[in-house]
Amino acid sequence: MDTPGTAASLDPLAQAEVWIREGKQVALATVIETWGSSPRRPGSRLAINSSGAFVGSVSGGCIEGAVVTEALAMMEDKRPRVLDFGVTNEMAWEVGLACGGRVRVLVELVEPG
Amino acid sequence: MKQSSFLQVQRDRANKRAVVIVSQLPGAEEILLYPHEQPPSGVHIDLFQAARSAALRDQSVTVEVGGIGYFLSPINPPLRLLIVGAVHVAQPLSQMAALAGFDVVVIDPRSAFSTEARFPGVTRIETWPDKALASLGVDRRTAVVTLTHDPKLDDPALETALRSDAFYVGCLGSGKTHASRLARLKSRGFTDDQLARLFGPVGLKISAQTPAEIAVSILAQIIETLRRG
Repeated sequence: MDTPGTAASLDPLAQAEVWIREGKQVALATVIETWGSSPRRPGSRLAINSSGAFVGSVSGGCIEGAVVTEALAMMEDKRPRVLDFGVTNEMAWEVGLACGGRVRVLVELVEPG
Repeated sequence: MKQSSFLQVQRDRANKRAVVIVSQLPGAEEILLYPHEQPPSGVHIDLFQAARSAALRDQSVTVEVGGIGYFLSPINPPLRLLIVGAVHVAQPLSQMAALAGFDVVVIDPRSAFSTEARFPGVTRIETWPDKALASLGVDRRTAVVTLTHDPKLDDPALETALRSDAFYVGCLGSGKTHASRLARLKSRGFTDDQLARLFGPVGLKISAQTPAEIAVSILAQIIETLRRG
């Protein structure tokens, strides 16, 4: 039986599997590095489907919107990317982290094969 | 990430098999490494060692091996919480701990306490606690908490837990109860140093009163012990 901690609504990998089995396109965003104060540690994940629904987190809700937008773009061009967010980011993202930390996020497709 | 790798990770999680996802940045083809098994041929030993170390620390890291940047993301089996005593506090504690990601087992030989109705969906073992702990194997990713107040049940469990690598061992009971517990365990041959590991009276001091509030204070102390190391 599912314990609350592994219910798909709380577990991005479990939710991703549900979406995959439903035939939906799925992207995974993963925190790969953080600097300074940042709410989610490396290895934290956000699963996104092609409708823009998402489960999990890569921040305290500060950058998820931008990551979902980027994930949807990636479903078109199929190119994984590494995104930098924070006060001194080089990509001039409009969103940042209120805590003043920096975070690097890998966004990749779960692709056939 | 390939769908086959993703589904393999999901199978490993279901089978409680530790796995490390090794991604070349940015997001090129990944491999899966099993940190507690034989290293596969063709994988740089430094990369395998880094993956094993990441799994032992339960922390994702970026590393460079042979001039190539990798992201290592270990996915360990859940931490375990073994609760001795299917008492009232155990009911909210088992649910809260499951929400926090723990695999929970409630141990109590008293079948009147240990019922499906009181613990829906929770794994229960109705046997003597020391026997249950020995058969479950208490390792460094396991916390043990005794809740019965009954030395017949709590003490054998504590003796087993104190000889294990459990990262947390806590016992419910007042300061007075805990003092007599320590005296009993001392007479059984445990040293002050060994007994200093015990958290008793259990839980962070948040003036908890109800069973659910006591469960919060116990779970908070377990997490504090885990994360502060």
